[in-house]
Amino acid sequence: MKIVVAVIKPFKLEDVKETLEGAGIHGMTVTDVRGFGRQKGHTEVYRGAEYQVDFAPKVRLEIVVDDDRVDDVVKAITTGASTQSIGDGKIWISPVEQVIRIRTGEKGPDAL
Amino acid sequence: MDTGDTAFILVASALVMFMTPGLALFYGGMVRSKNVLGTIMQSIFALGLVSVLWVLIGYTLAFGPDVGGFIGNLDFLGFKDVGATPNDALAATIPHVSFATFQMMFAIITPALITGAFAERMKFSGYVLFTALWLIVVYAPMAHWVWAPGGWIRELGALDFAGGTVVHINAGIAALAAVLVIGKRKGFGQGAFIPHNLTMTVLGTGILWFGWFGFNAGSALGANGLAASAFLATNLGAAAGACGWALVDARKERRSTILGVASGAVAGLVAITPAAGFVGPLPAIAIGLIGGVVCAWAVGLKFRWGYDDSLDVVGVHLVGGLVGALLTGVFADLAINEAGADGLLAGGGFGLLGKQFVAVGATLAFSFIVTYALLKLIDATVGLRVTEEEEVTGVDLAQHSEVGYSFSESGSFTTAHQATPSAGAAQVPASEGSGI
Repeated sequence: MKIVVAVIKPFKLEDVKETLEGAGIHGMTVTDVRGFGRQKGHTEVYRGAEYQVDFAPKVRLEIVVDDDRVDDVVKAITTGASTQSIGDGKIWISPVEQVIRIRTGEKGPDAL
Repeated sequence: MDTGDTAFILVASALVMFMTPGLALFYGGMVRSKNVLGTIMQSIFALGLVSVLWVLIGYTLAFGPDVGGFIGNLDFLGFKDVGATPNDALAATIPHVSFATFQMMFAIITPALITGAFAERMKFSGYVLFTALWLIVVYAPMAHWVWAPGGWIRELGALDFAGGTVVHINAGIAALAAVLVIGKRKGFGQGAFIPHNLTMTVLGTGILWFGWFGFNAGSALGANGLAASAFLATNLGAAAGACGWALVDARKERRSTILGVASGAVAGLVAITPAAGFVGPLPAIAIGLIGGVVCAWAVGLKFRWGYDDSLDVVGVHLVGGLVGALLTGVFADLAINEAGADGLLAGGGFGLLGKQFVAVGATLAFSFIVTYALLKLIDATVGLRVTEEEEVTGVDLAQHSEVGYSFSESGSFTTAHQATPSAGAAQVPASEGSGI
């Protein structure tokens, strides 16, 4: 099993949710986060004083899937989140040792 | 006594009172979220503290019978003889107590204006002591000089309709003294000191604009043509100020900002304050516009000269007050108010302008020197500034044990702090107490 983590632009969340549902993914965890990459932040002006605001609002998605679904998930997120401009975000994938469904106690891929 | 005048001044007093909560929101929105309550507190608590002190001692020092042109005597200590009968020397058509209460509201907002300068780093105890003493040693004498019969600036013939010198220049120069004594916030000129809620600031601007009608029109002390004229001048000052600042923004930043428009409205209101009852509508537009443009430039001075005036009390109230006081000497017109004088453009020559300079100079010197000395004294005794750790934490939690915005319900109840029950009262266990 793998966990796919993606940090995307907040306004693309709905699109990503739809492409993921289209790829047969029915669960995800979403967090509001702040961050920056090469895009850096943005400029704000108050009473003529200009400030560089480093952290832009982002959304972080976490999806745990069986190994053979990883490519589909990555493709769905890439399709849904892309605007072809700087700041679209990143995806990374890590192995998952165990998954347990709390209600039934099922373990492994059955719990996904 | 005139019932119409009395009704009007009672309402005007309530309008001026409402400006202080408006100021609390105006300032509260401009600080970082960790300091929102401490900032609001410094305006709201002035309503409590100054109201009481005004009755006890402030009013008599400001408006008691004159002693040497400098201060009032103690005839009105504790509002003694301040009742329903008008005082002919102060306001002949309204109860003396209405005049004294109207003036109370001015005395409240003036020290509250200063708090914007030292926002985000002042100790609450230092603020309380400062506000109490400043009211007595700076505000009361200034109000006496300018507004009380026998006060030397009033006798000189300088004009200040609703408080350009007494309120705005006085608070603005005291703000400069304050930031020089207390020093910069940690990270000033480096970190992003960004307003946390400008919607709050804009609401505060609206309340200030609304309350200012009481401030300026009420200063006619009667429901009459002069009040109506001052009412219009007030609105035009705010309006033109908003336009002026927006123009500077559009030229300099290539966009208009809501904080600029809000600040411009306040700057225009400050500038029109001394002139409101002496000028017609067109000069009022000119004064507001110049106030907005000049203040939009002046708020940049703190970065150039390196003083940390957190919320631009110097840039808006001192500079806007100076613009208004001096332009009163230019635009004042006897055709608007026969108790005033003709300024430069109304054919009065430089006479009035010269008097305005004297009044402004005296205000700057007196308020700066006394405020500076007062703050040094408080700094050496109870202290002015929170610790560096408290400043980083935020004054809300560090000074008041509260937060403005709570996003967590995690935690547990510890102790109910209850007032000691009076003798014989039933002891109610904390777990059963229903509170009030």
